[in-house]
Amino acid sequence: MTARIGVVTFPGSLDDRDTQRAIRLAGAEPVALWHKDKNLHQVDAVVLCGGFSYGDYLRAGAIARFSPVMEPLLEQAKAGLPVLGICNGFQILTEAHLLPGTMLRNDHLHFICRDQKLRVENAETSWTTDYTAGQEIHIPLKNNDGQYVADAYTLDQLEAEGRVAFRYLDFNPNGSQRDIAGVTNEAGNVVGLMPHPEHAVEPLIGTGRTDGLPFFTSILKKLVNV
Amino acid sequence: MSRTPLDTVEHATATPDVELPWAELGLKKDEYERVVEILGRRPTGAELAMYSVMWSEHCSYKSSKVHLRQFGEKAPQSDALLVGIGENAGVVDVGQGYAVTFKVESHNHPSYVEPYQGAATGVGGIVRDIIAMGARPVAVVDPLRFGAADHPDTKRVLPGVVAGIGGYGNCLGLPNIGGEVVFDACYQGNPLVNAGAIGVMRHEDIHLAKASGAGNKVILYGARTGGDGIGGASILASETFDDAKPSKRPAVQVGDPFQEKLLIECTLEAFAEKLVVGIQDLGAAGLSCATSELASNGSGGMRVTLDDVPLRDSTLSPEEILMSESQERMCAVVEPAKVDRFLEICDKWDVIATVIGEVTDGDRLEIYWHGGKIVDVDPRTVAHDGPVYERPYARPSWQDALQADDANKLARPASGDELKDQVLRLVSSPNQASKSWITSQYDHFVQGNTVLAQPEDSGMIRIDEETGLGVAIATDGNGRYAKLDPYHGAQLALAEAYRNVATTGAKPLAVSDCLNFGSPEDPAVMWQFAEAIRGLADACQQLGTPVTGGNVSLYNQTGEVAIHPTPVVAVLGVIDDVARRTPVAFQEEGQLLYLLGDTREEFGGSAWSQVIHDHLGGLPPKVDLERERLLAEILISASRDGMIDSAHDLSDGGLIQAVVESALLGGKGARLVVPDGLDAFTLLFSESAGRAVVAVPRSEELRFNDMCGARGLPVTRIGVVDGDSVELQGEFELPLEELREAHEGTIPALLA
Repeated sequence: MTARIGVVTFPGSLDDRDTQRAIRLAGAEPVALWHKDKNLHQVDAVVLCGGFSYGDYLRAGAIARFSPVMEPLLEQAKAGLPVLGICNGFQILTEAHLLPGTMLRNDHLHFICRDQKLRVENAETSWTTDYTAGQEIHIPLKNNDGQYVADAYTLDQLEAEGRVAFRYLDFNPNGSQRDIAGVTNEAGNVVGLMPHPEHAVEPLIGTGRTDGLPFFTSILKKLVNV
Repeated sequence: MSRTPLDTVEHATATPDVELPWAELGLKKDEYERVVEILGRRPTGAELAMYSVMWSEHCSYKSSKVHLRQFGEKAPQSDALLVGIGENAGVVDVGQGYAVTFKVESHNHPSYVEPYQGAATGVGGIVRDIIAMGARPVAVVDPLRFGAADHPDTKRVLPGVVAGIGGYGNCLGLPNIGGEVVFDACYQGNPLVNAGAIGVMRHEDIHLAKASGAGNKVILYGARTGGDGIGGASILASETFDDAKPSKRPAVQVGDPFQEKLLIECTLEAFAEKLVVGIQDLGAAGLSCATSELASNGSGGMRVTLDDVPLRDSTLSPEEILMSESQERMCAVVEPAKVDRFLEICDKWDVIATVIGEVTDGDRLEIYWHGGKIVDVDPRTVAHDGPVYERPYARPSWQDALQADDANKLARPASGDELKDQVLRLVSSPNQASKSWITSQYDHFVQGNTVLAQPEDSGMIRIDEETGLGVAIATDGNGRYAKLDPYHGAQLALAEAYRNVATTGAKPLAVSDCLNFGSPEDPAVMWQFAEAIRGLADACQQLGTPVTGGNVSLYNQTGEVAIHPTPVVAVLGVIDDVARRTPVAFQEEGQLLYLLGDTREEFGGSAWSQVIHDHLGGLPPKVDLERERLLAEILISASRDGMIDSAHDLSDGGLIQAVVESALLGGKGARLVVPDGLDAFTLLFSESAGRAVVAVPRSEELRFNDMCGARGLPVTRIGVVDGDSVELQGEFELPLEELREAHEGTIPALLA
C-alpha cells in the first residue's frame, strides 16, 4: 500500500508536475488537485508547490489563499492533514495563517536562483523524519519574495518551541530574519520552506544532488505506517 | 469635434483623391503606389494600416529576403528537418517519436527604450512562437550584448534587461539554460537582446499557421487588445484619422507573464484534445499579421468582425486594433463542432476567448467594423507579396586597413610574471568574467529536467524520463571576428555553437540564427550582411546542419555608426542518454588534460588583444569545418564511451580561460606544461578554432589516444588536474582563490 499525496495547481503554479514526479520517485502516488475544486479527493497529504499563483499580483500567495480548494485544506490541516508548502506554497500557507510570519521581497531586490546550503533544525515534523536534526543539506532556492519576517515575539516563540524547521547556512540569500528558511506549525503536520526539495531528487538533474528526497520519503513512511 | 466618416471600401472607392498618411506610416512612395495598383483603388485607412506594418522591414524582410534565400538553396540534406523556414519556428526530429522546435529572435530596440518590458516581451514573443507549433516550451536562452561594462548607461540597461528576462521567464516556469553576455562599446546606444526558446512535442502534434475549411471559426484568445505596442511610425503618429484621440502611446509593449502561462496551459490542453485546425500567435503587427498569414496559408478566405475583439480601451479605432501589439494573444482556427469545447477549456484557465470570424470559401480577407467593410484584400498580397529590395552593397573602404592592422604583431608578455598578470587581467575582464550575478537571476531548475545550464558549454534538457533522451542548445556570436571578416566571422559563430553542443556530448542537428546588423541602406553594412549570410549558408551546408528559421534585425546603429556585424547562431543537438553528458568542471584530481586540435598564432579579434591592447584588427582565426566535424565526432564518441570526464571548448580567451573555468567550477586546480612546438603565450591565449580541452581518466588514456590517432585528430597532453592552483610549469602559479576572486568579483562590482 502506498500513500496518495495531492499537489494543487493554481493558475500560475509552476512546479506542480515536478512535485508530482518527486512524490512518484519517493514511491507514493501523486494526485493532481485543481484550485477551483472544493474537494481534496481523499488524499493523505497535500503539497502546495512553487510558482507565481495569480502572477504574485497583490502579494505572493495572497489571492491563491482564497481559492475554493483552500477551504477544505484549511479545515483538514487544522485537524492534522500533513501539508507541505514549497516557496509559493509557503507564501500561501502564511497568507492563510496556517504558518506564522510572512515573506517580503528579497533584501537585495533581485530574483535569486542558487544551490543553497541548509541545516535541518527539526527532524520530527511529518515531512522531515528521514533527516537527522542538525543535518546539513543542499537544496535549490529560487525566488523573488523569500525574506522571512515576523515580530520578535513570534520569532522567539518559534525558536523556543523548536518550530524553526530549516535555517540557511553560510549565506543568507534573501535577508530572512534569523536565517530562517522554513518553519512548522505546533503539531508538526504543516511545514513551509522557501527552497525547493522537489528539485533535488535525481542525481542527474539540476544540482545533481538528492538531498530533497527525504521530504517525500518521510511523509510516505509516516502515512504508510499509520 | 466631429469624427471623420468610417473609411469603408465603398467610401475609398468613392473618394479616390483622399490623401492618406502613407509616408508617416513608413511606406515609400512606390510602395504605396504598389498597394493602389494591387487593390485597383486607394486603400482604406485599415488596409493601409495592415500593408504598412506587414510591409515593414521587420515583418517583410524586404532588404534581407534576396540573401536569406541561400539558406534554402544551400540547405544540406537532412532527415531531421520536419518543418523548415517560413513557419513560426522550425521543427527537428530528435528520435523516439519526439520533435523539437526552436528559434532565436531579437528584441533590441524596445529593450533600449524600456529595458525591463522590452526584454520581458522578447521572451514572451518567442515562447508564443513555440506554442504555436504545438509544442510545450521547455527552456529559454538569452544571448545579450551591451555597451562598455563601466559605462553609466550600461548600469541602466543591463539590470533592467536581466530583470525583465527573469521576471517573465521565471514566472512562465521555463528554465533559462544558456546564452551569452558580451560587452563592447559598439553596442552602447544599441544593445542586442536576443531570446531563444525550445519546445518539445510528439511528431503528430505539429501544428501550422493556416486557416482551412470554410465555416471553421476564427477564435481570438488571451489578453484583451489595448493601445500598447503601436509603433512610432504608425497610424497613431498621424492625426488624420481622428483628431479627438490622445496622440501618443507607448510604443513598447507591456508583458503579463501570468497571462502567458495560462495561455500556454490552455493552448496545450486544446491541442491535446485535437481541437485546433490552425494557429498563429499575435506578435509583431498583431491582428494584421495573424489574420493575413492564417488566411493566405490556408485554402480559403477569411471574414472577421473587428467589433467582436475584446478591448482594453473602447475608444480604439479599427486601424489601431489591427496594428496593436498587445501581448499574450493567440488566434486559433477551430471546427464549428469543437468551438464550445475550445471555449470551455479557455474558461477553465480564465482565458478570454471570442469568435471573431470564420474561414470562407472565397480567397479574400474581409474585415468589418460597425457593419461596414473596411478591408477587402487578397491576404497573400499583405502577408507574402511585400516589396523585395536588391540593396546595393560594397566592401567598405576601411576593411583592408583593418585587416592589415595585424594583432599578431602586438607586444607580448616577456616573462612568467607578465604572463601571470595578463591571465588575471583576462579572466577578470568583463567579457571573460563569471556571469553568475546575471544568470543567478534566472530559474534553471523549474520543470525538473535541466541536465546542464550556463556556464556549461551548452544547455541540456532531458525530454524523456524513461530513456534519458535529451536535447542541447548553444548560442554563440563574435561581433569582433565578424567585423574583421563577416564571411568567416559568421562561420566561426556557427563553428563555436556546433562545437559547444558536441563538447557536452550531443550531436548537432540544426541551426537557428539571429542576424543583428546596422542599416541596410548603408552599402558597407549590406556587404557585411550579404557576406555573413553567404558564410553561414556555406558552413551549414558543409556541416550538414540546416537553418530552420530565425530572425533578422537591421538598423542597429547609433547615428551613422553601425554595431559590429553580429550574427548570433543557435545550434540544437540531441543526446540519446543525458547520463552520458560531459560537464565543464574538472571531476577528479590526477586526470590527464589533453588539448584537441591545432594551435596557431591567431590573435586577431581575440579577447587577449581586446583586454591587454584594446585592439581590434587583423584576421579572425582560420575556419576548418571538416576539422570541426571530426572534433565533434571525437567528443561525442568519447562522451558516449565514457573516455572523458570533463570537456570545455576553446574560444574567446583561449586555453587559459577554459582551464580556469573548469578549475573553478570543479574546485580543482591544474598543472600545465608547454608542449613541444608551442610557446607559453600562444598556448595560453591563441584563439585557434576547432579545439577543446578534455580531462581523461588514466584508465582511458590509451583508448582515447588510439581513437584520436586512428581518426587523425591532433591530440596533445598538456597537464594534469591537480592541487588548488593553476600552474604553468616554469612560468607562474595562481591559487584558485585568487582566480576566483578575480573571475567572480568583476560583474557584481560593476553592476550590483
